[in-house]
Formats: sequence, C-alpha cells, structure tokens
Amino acid sequence: MEHLELFLKSIFIDNMVFATFLGMCSYLAVSKKVSTAVGLGAAVIFVMLITVPLNWLLDQYILQPGALKWLGEEYAAYDLSFLSFILFIATIATMVQLVEIVVEKFSPSLYNSLGIFLPLIAVNCAILGGSLFMQSREIPSLGLATVYGVGSGIGWFLAILAIAAIREKIRYSNVPPALRGLGITFIITGLMAIGFMSFGGMLTGGDDEAKKEEKTASVQEETPTNDHVALNAAEIEKEELANNTNN
Amino acid sequence: MSLKNKLHVLKEKYKSTKYAPAFNALHTFLYLPNETTHGGTHVKAADDLKRTMNTVIMAMIPCLIFGMFNAGYQHNLAVGEIQAVSSGFFSSEFWTLANFAIGFWKILPLVIVSYGVGLGIEFLFAIIKKHEVEEGYLVTGMLVPLIVPIDIPLWMLAVAVAFGVVIGKEVFGGTGMNILNPALTIRAFLFFAYPTWMSGDKVWVESAVERTNEIAAGANLDAISGETILGSLAQGKEFAFSVSDMFLGFIPGSVGETSTLLILLGGLFLIFTKIGSWRIMLSSALGAIVMGLIFNQVVDAGIIAEGSKFYGLMNTPFWHHLLIGGFAFGTVFMATDPVTASQTNKGKWIYGFLIGFISILIRVFNPAYPEGVMLAILLMNVFAPTIDHYVVQGNVKKRMKRLKAKVA
Repeated sequence: MEHLELFLKSIFIDNMVFATFLGMCSYLAVSKKVSTAVGLGAAVIFVMLITVPLNWLLDQYILQPGALKWLGEEYAAYDLSFLSFILFIATIATMVQLVEIVVEKFSPSLYNSLGIFLPLIAVNCAILGGSLFMQSREIPSLGLATVYGVGSGIGWFLAILAIAAIREKIRYSNVPPALRGLGITFIITGLMAIGFMSFGGMLTGGDDEAKKEEKTASVQEETPTNDHVALNAAEIEKEELANNTNN
Repeated sequence: MSLKNKLHVLKEKYKSTKYAPAFNALHTFLYLPNETTHGGTHVKAADDLKRTMNTVIMAMIPCLIFGMFNAGYQHNLAVGEIQAVSSGFFSSEFWTLANFAIGFWKILPLVIVSYGVGLGIEFLFAIIKKHEVEEGYLVTGMLVPLIVPIDIPLWMLAVAVAFGVVIGKEVFGGTGMNILNPALTIRAFLFFAYPTWMSGDKVWVESAVERTNEIAAGANLDAISGETILGSLAQGKEFAFSVSDMFLGFIPGSVGETSTLLILLGGLFLIFTKIGSWRIMLSSALGAIVMGLIFNQVVDAGIIAEGSKFYGLMNTPFWHHLLIGGFAFGTVFMATDPVTASQTNKGKWIYGFLIGFISILIRVFNPAYPEGVMLAILLMNVFAPTIDHYVVQGNVKKRMKRLKAKVA
C-alpha cells in the first residue's frame, strides 16, 4: 500500500515537470516528435530506476551523518553529506554512459535522433533531482527508493509524451511569430500544469491528518519521550516544507 | 435604409482599412453576405462554424433560463421568503416572476461581461492579425456565466475571461487551435486565483456574501448559507435534497449546472443535430458509473471505516454522482468540445471514459476540490492528442499487417 501510494504520488502529484519544473532542457528540446520523446522518456525511466536506489545505498551507507558506523565505532562521527552532489552525479554519469552504449548497440536510429541529448541526461536536473528529493524526503527503504525512482521517471515520461503529441498537433497552427517554438511550448507546459493540479492535495490530506491525530493522541496518553519524537517529527516536516519551497 | 444595407455600406467603407474584419463580422453575424463567390465551383454547406456555435447556444438556453429562476428561488429560500417546494417541476413557488427578476438582474451582467470582454479581445486580435473574426467565442461566452457561482464579482470574471481568451486560445492561433477548453481555462483560472469566491458555502446563493459582510458589520440578520451537495458531502454532512430535486435542479450550484433534466434535453438536441459526440457523453457516464460502483463496493466490503472523511462521498449511490455537481453539464457541453476532445472514434471512447473515471476519483479523494469534472476534463484535454496519436498509429499498423497479408 505504501509503495503504491508513493508510486502514484511521484507520477501524478509530485510530477517532475509539472510540480517542480525539473528536467526542462531536454523536455523542451526533444519533444518535437512523439517517437523521439518516447525514446528519451524510456531512457530517463531506466536511468532513474537504476540511479535512485544506487544513490539511496550510497546515502545510507556512506554519506549520511553516522552512516559509516559499519566500518567501526570510531567512524560513527563522520558526516560526509557534503559529498552527496559529487557522488550522485558520478553514479548518474556512469549509468548514462551505460545507457548510451546499450542504445547505440540495439537501436541506432533512436541513438541518432536523440543525438546530444542522450549524454545530456547526465546533467538532466530531473534525474539529479530524483536522487536529491529521495535524500531530502528521507525515503526509508531501498524498495521505496526504487519505486520513487520509477514513479518519477514515469511522471517525466508522461509529461514529455503529452507535450510531444500536443506539439505535433499544433505544428500547423498560426501561432504569433514572437511565440513560435519555445515560447508557445512554455505556455503549453503551464496550461498542462493546470490540468495536473487536479491531483494536487490528493493522497496527502486524509492520511496525514489521521497520522497527526494518532500522534497527538499518543502524546497525551504516554510518556514525554513520545512527545519529543512527535516534536522532532513536526520539525522535520517543517524542514521539508522549507526545502520544498526552496526547490 | 434598412439595417442590412447600413451594415453593408459600413463594410464597404472600411473594406481596405485595418478595421475590415470587425465590420465584416458585424455584417455576417446578423445577415447573409450580399456577395456571391466569383469563379470556380463551391460546395455550400449550411452547417458552418457559426451554425454549429448557435446550435450549442440554443441547447444551453433552457439551462440559462432555469438558472435565472433557480438563482432567485435559492435566494428567497435562504432568506426565508418562501418555503421549499415539495413536489413537481411545475410548482407555482418556483416559476414566479419575483424569482426570475432576481436571477435575471444577477446573471445578465455576467453574460454581458463575458461576451463584452471576450468578443472585444477577439475583435482586437482579428484587427491586429488581419484575419476574419472567428466565431469560437460565441459558445465560450455563453458557457462562462453558466459555470461560475452567481455572486462572482464582475471584475474577476473580466480578468479571467481576458486570461482565458488570450493565453488559452489566441496565442495558439485562435479558434480551433487551442489545446485546453477556453471556458474551463477561465474557470480554472478563477478557481486557483480566487479560491474563496469559487468554493465554500457562501458563494452559491445570491447575496450570501453581502449578507455575511453586513453581519460582520453588526447588522442583526440571519446568515445565509447555501452549500452545494458535493460541498456538504465532502465535509461529511447530511444534505436535505431529494433525488427529484437533484434531477430537476432545485439545488444550489453554479448558474447553469443544476438541472440535469434540462442538460439532458440539451444533450439529446446536440446528439440529434450531430454537433455533440454521443460517444463522449456515453463513455463519460460509463466511466463515472464504474468508478462510483467501485467506491460503493469498497464501502460494502467494509474496507473503509465510517469515520473516514471519504466515507460520505464513497457511500453515495453511484447514480447520484451523475445528478449532482457539474458532472452532467461538463460532460454534455464541455467534454464534447470538438477542438479539444479526441478526434478519433476509438479515442473518444477512451477520452470520455477517463473523464468520468477521474472526475469521480477527484470528487471522492481530493479534499481540496469538491468538484472534479472541470479538472478531469482539463487533464484529459492535455492527453487527448496523445490518445489520438496512438489510435492513429494502431490503425496504421493494422493496415500494414493487412497489406502484408494480401501481398504475401
């Protein structure tokens, strides 16, 4: 249930393109034809599927404060989280290289039509964003991290698929000259985001409130330690909110 | 000199100036043009764009008039002037001149602002871009007053209409090129920009907001509140409307959305004249019924507790969903918009089904939006080209296969 919820949430509610406007460069550049868009979208799903769990492992066992405990007690004080960016990027770049080799071998036509944008997935912010959201939202298990990666990838895929179909449709429209090309694409993206707002707030309201009620109830009944935990949880939530707005 | 001649003279006078499109439009809106075509053979069909648009408007007129009566009725009911009618469509409490007058004076300005601003922008764009004025706004302009709450301030409506027409339609090159339904773009703009005026229990009854302000200022009056059925259900409250009230439309709501009966008549008229697609209407209803049945099963199976905030809406019998809220209106008049809907027949089935399915899903699961039809249609507008693309590709593949079989 938890997995399914996160999956749907990462596709529709926290959609990489429409909720956070990440990965715009390739989204705008490779969305002129549906077939190319599908190819790039599939590549993004694949890279997300591999990199998010990998980066979760990295985060869990190397980067987090105290993650190095498994080496011995004396390493428990180390905090390597300042290395997250560089390590995450390294993972992503390696994976993209792998995808490139595979695509070139099995589908040369797709390889040619993607052109420079295939290697550029390495700097596609949606992918780094996936790993960083995974870190900042503190996704608790490897399974959930995988689900989150795939879900975000599919969300991005849907977005680029829809805009590619729309751009094919409006190819012969009489768009004002000043807006042709990128301008109209940005406007379409904004309008599409309005469509996607239909899911905003779903899956969050009911369950969260129920959880909060449970928390407050337990606070009233039980010992102050629980109170502390609840306070911490509240603080974390606040931080998350702040993070989200910053992003 | 008759009006027709006057318009013709005006048109001739401005023929080679940049205002030509505006005068052309004025002339052809009221009369057939004087000129015949020169040279070549032409197929002349009566069902041009203007005829199509007028047909849709005719289908909406009953809803508009009913909306005017209903606005007055809800107002008088809320302030306690009259008692609720117990039975019948031909009740003498409902069809009174007093009711109509209140609704008329409230709704007529909405219609005027909607048409004034929208057509003004259309004319402006036609003059700047040097093309003929397109008739696309005729339907949108009638839809907009029907889907907003009655107490919406006129300036908000004007701003939203300007946004919807310019960003939703004109930047794509005008009528027939837009990707989202302009009327729904306008409503979505209002919904997200001025949420307090678009939902809640104060906006659905005429002058309820005013009354609230007066009470806040110290006047000794009873508060008026008129919650829509969906609004009360979403908060887990009971509502006091019978099924016949819902079907006939004696309920609070946006101006034109309340009477399912009249919308149904309009829908049949659209199907009969082959303007609206029966595939989309039927499949949306199917989608909503399927989703409603799923939720009813969930409740019956006892998966969801009675205290849950989704319980009230999930427990609503599935066919009630078709009667309440804007579902009927959205499906009949807006999902069938030939520009933004799927163009292929198979695509229309998928498109309509998903609209019904998603709107009930949003209604039940999304606490932020009590009504999901608007957003479901917008979402499917976004995906309609994708659906079409795959339907066409599937057809191409099938034919290639047939061709290969024949050749081999």
